[in-house]
Amino acid sequence: MELKSNVPAGPLADKWDNHRFSSKLVNPANRRKYKAIVVGTGLAGASASATLAEQGYDVSTFCIQDSPRRAHSIAAQGGINAAKNYQNDGDSIYRLFYDTIKGGDFRSREANVYRLAQVSNNIIDQCVAQGVPFAREYGGTLANRSFGGAQVSRTFYARGQTGQQLLLGAYSALSRQIKAAKVTMHTRQEMMELVLVDGTARGIVTRDIISGKLTSHSADVVILATGGYGNAYFLSTNAMASNVTAAWRAHKKGAGFANPCFVQIHPTCIPVHGSYQSKLTLMSESLRNDGRVWVPKKPGDTRKPASIPEEERDYYLENKYPSFGNLVPRDVASRNAKEQCDAGKGVGSTQLAVYLDFAEAIRRDGEATILKKYGNLFQMYEKITDSNPLDEPMMIYPAVHYTMGGLWVDYNLMTTIPGLFAIGECNFSDHGANRLGASALMQGLADGYFIIGNTIANYLGSTPLDAVDTEHPQFPQAEKQVQDRIAKLLKNSEGGPEGKITVDDIHKELGLLLWDHCGMSRDKEGLEKALTELPAIQEKFWKHVYIPGSGEELNQSLERAGRLADFLEFAEIMIRDALAREESCGCHLREESQTEENEAKRDDNNYSHVAVWEYQGESKEPTLHKEELSFENVTPSQRSYK
Amino acid sequence: MTTKSIDLSLEIWRQKDSKATGDFETYTLQNISTDMSFLEMLDVLNENLTREGRDPVAFDHDCREGICGMCGAVVNGIAHGPEPETTLCQLHMRHFNSGDTLVIEPFRSRAFPIMKDLITDRSALDRIIQAGGYVSVNTGGAPDGNAIPIPSTTAELAMDAASCIGCGACVASCPNGAAMLFTGAKISQLSLLSQGQPERKERAMAMVTAMDKEGFGNCTNERECEAVCPKGISIRNIAIMNREYVKASVLG
Repeated sequence: MELKSNVPAGPLADKWDNHRFSSKLVNPANRRKYKAIVVGTGLAGASASATLAEQGYDVSTFCIQDSPRRAHSIAAQGGINAAKNYQNDGDSIYRLFYDTIKGGDFRSREANVYRLAQVSNNIIDQCVAQGVPFAREYGGTLANRSFGGAQVSRTFYARGQTGQQLLLGAYSALSRQIKAAKVTMHTRQEMMELVLVDGTARGIVTRDIISGKLTSHSADVVILATGGYGNAYFLSTNAMASNVTAAWRAHKKGAGFANPCFVQIHPTCIPVHGSYQSKLTLMSESLRNDGRVWVPKKPGDTRKPASIPEEERDYYLENKYPSFGNLVPRDVASRNAKEQCDAGKGVGSTQLAVYLDFAEAIRRDGEATILKKYGNLFQMYEKITDSNPLDEPMMIYPAVHYTMGGLWVDYNLMTTIPGLFAIGECNFSDHGANRLGASALMQGLADGYFIIGNTIANYLGSTPLDAVDTEHPQFPQAEKQVQDRIAKLLKNSEGGPEGKITVDDIHKELGLLLWDHCGMSRDKEGLEKALTELPAIQEKFWKHVYIPGSGEELNQSLERAGRLADFLEFAEIMIRDALAREESCGCHLREESQTEENEAKRDDNNYSHVAVWEYQGESKEPTLHKEELSFENVTPSQRSYK
Repeated sequence: MTTKSIDLSLEIWRQKDSKATGDFETYTLQNISTDMSFLEMLDVLNENLTREGRDPVAFDHDCREGICGMCGAVVNGIAHGPEPETTLCQLHMRHFNSGDTLVIEPFRSRAFPIMKDLITDRSALDRIIQAGGYVSVNTGGAPDGNAIPIPSTTAELAMDAASCIGCGACVASCPNGAAMLFTGAKISQLSLLSQGQPERKERAMAMVTAMDKEGFGNCTNERECEAVCPKGISIRNIAIMNREYVKASVLG
C-alpha cells in the first residue's frame, strides 16, 4: 500500500491556492457526463451533494434514514469554529490552524489543517447566506463564544442546536438540487458493498431498508460521508444507526484505515443509569464555560451536594490547571473525571459521575442569563434525569463521542482506492489524536462545500475512465457477496431462538470489552487481553445470534446484526492500533507512557506518524503502514494546560 | 429523583407492510425502570419478543436526543405521549404508573402511509421543503457573514421557527391532516431573515402548493399541532404563512 499524501509544494499559506491552480478542471458543459455517488447526508455528505450538483455533476445521494435531514450531524450542540476574528481578540487563520494541530497533539498533517482553517471563514458566510439563524449581538452582528480549550472567542452558534441549523442549511441546499433533478436522492438505503472495476471505485450495492431489495449503482467517483465508528462501544453519544459498515467495506476492498484507536471520549455526558441503557447523551461542553467541576474531597461522601460545604469540595480542574481551569481540552477533562471516580470520589448512585455546578454563575449573572445560554440543555438534562441544574449541580461522566480515526485520505481527500473519497468524520484527516470542540462541524462543511468539488474535478480531469454501468460483472458479483453475507447472518436463526442470544447482547459485550481495555487509558496487558477475548465474542455472534424474520422485508434486527458483524471485525484493528501505539497521545493515556506528574507523555521519536492498516484477507493479520508526519511550520510541544 | 419499577400493559399497532391491514396486539411488561426512556422500554419489549421467537415491533428512531425527528408514535391518543414539548425518545417512564395501559399507534395521516408497525413514510414533508424551503444560493460567493446586520430579536424569532425537527407530530394530531405548522415554520424563518427576502413570494406560493398536492389538509384552528409540537413551535407561524401566501397570490 502506497501512502502518498500529495501535499502541494510551497509555503503553508499558499499550498491550497497553488494546488487549486495546478489542479485539472472539468469544463462546466462536461460535468453532467460525470456521475458521483455520495453516501451519507450529514454535514459533509449533504454539503458535498449540493455543491457538486450546483457545479453540474450528476449526483446520486444515499442515506439510511427516512430523510436526509436526520443524519447525526443534527445532534451537534455547541457550535462551529471560524477564524473570523470578529471579536478582535487576536484570532487568525494561523491561530486556528495552530490550535487545531496542537489540540490534535501533533498527529495530523499541517497542510490539511491549515486548509481547514483557511476555508473556515467561507463556511460562516455560506451558512448565513442560506438563512442559518446564528446567534446575534444586539447590534445585529454575529455572536461568538469561547469553546473547549480555546483562548479566543471564535465559535459561532445557534442556541444549543448549531448542528441542527447547519445541517438544515445543507439539507435545504440539497433539497434545492433534488428539486432541480441534479441530485437523485435515495432514502432508507444502506450501502452494503463498494464495487471496484480495475482497482478503481465505480459504484456501490445498497439494500433497501423497507423491501430488503439489493440494487447496484455505478458512478465515476464514490464519496463516503458515513460518519464515525463510536458505536463500536455500544454506548456512545452517536445515533443508533451510526455504523462503520461503509468504511469497513471499503477497507476490505483495499482502502487503508488510519488511526482507528483515536477515539474521543467526551467529558460532559449524562452518566449511565442502567443495563437497559441504549445510548448516552452529551451535554454540550459549552456548559464548562460557566459550570464548575467538582467532587467531594472525602472519598465515599454520599451527602447531597448542597450539604457539602465549600471547603470540603475539590474543584480539581481549577486547582490542577489554573490557567485553563474548567475549560481544559476534552481528553484532560475526561481523564481527570475518571481519575477522581477511580479514587472513590465519584458521585451519584453509580459513583461514576462528577458534579458540574452552576450555582456561582447563577449568583454572578442571574438565572435569566444562564437560562438564555443553556436553557435547552438544562431542559434536556432535567427530562432525562428528573433533576433541575438550577437547583442542584448536574452530574456528568465521560462517554465515547467522536472518532478521529477513519479512512486514510491524501490531501485530495481520496482514499488508497482511486476514485473513492472520504469526507467528514469518516476520514482521519484533520483532528490528529484529539478533536477540539466546535471543529467537527467546521471539518464536515469544509470538506463538503469547499474542498471536495476542487479535488474531484482534479481527479476526473486527470484520470481516463472507461464507461462502466451496472451490467459490468463486478456488480452482480458484489450483489452476490452481499446476498451470501445476509444468508449467513440469517442461517443461524432457523429453528427458532432456543439457546440463542440477541444482537444487542453481543454488541453490549463487545462494547464493554472496548471500554474496559481500549478506552480513555490503555495498557499493553489490557489490550492483549482484549485481542485474545475478541475472537470468542465473534464466534458467539456467528454461532448463537438469533435474528427473527427474513432478508426480504423491513427487518431492523437484521440491519443491526449486519452492522455489528462489521464492528466485530473492525474492533480488531482498533485494538491492534492501540497496542502498536506505545505512547500517550491526544485523547488517550497509555499507562506505560506518563510524565512524573502522571500526565500523558507523547513520544515523537517513535510515533510521529499516521498508522494505516491494510486488510490482508479473512483471518489474516492486517499490515501496519506508516505515513510519517513532518512539521515544517510548528514545533511539536508537549501539551501543558497548567 | 427516585427510581421505581412499574408494570405495563401495551396495545401496539402491528402491521406487516404497507399493503397489509393492521391490528392492535397486547403485550405485558414487568419491572420497567422509571428512569428508562419510552424507546428503551420498547427495546426491552423487543428483546423479550425476540427471545420468544416473535417478531419485534418496528419503530423509527435514531439520535434519541430529541433532535433528529425520526422517532414518534401516538401514545394514548397523543403524538409523542403526554409530556409537553417532548419527543418520544425523551419521554421517560417516570411519567407513567404501574398498571397503566398504553395504546401505541403510528403517526396516522393521509399523507403518511404506514410502512410497518409504527413506521410511516413522511417523505411528503421533504417534498414541501424541496418546493422552496431554501435560499437559492450556490456554494461560494456569499458575502461576509456580518455584511447584513440582523437584529438579535429577529434572529431569535427565526431560530424559534427553525427549531422544527420535521417529525410530523403536527400532521398526525391535526383532525384535517394539515402540515401547516411544519410549512409555516420554514416560511416564517426565511421571511424573517434578510437572506430570505428575494424569493419570499415564490417560496410561499410553491410551498403551499406542494403542501396541497401532497394531500395535506387545511387549518381550522384546532391548535392540536401546537399542543403536541415537541419543539413548541407556535401557530403564529401558520398566521405568518397565510399572510405570506395571500400577499404573494393577491399582490403578486
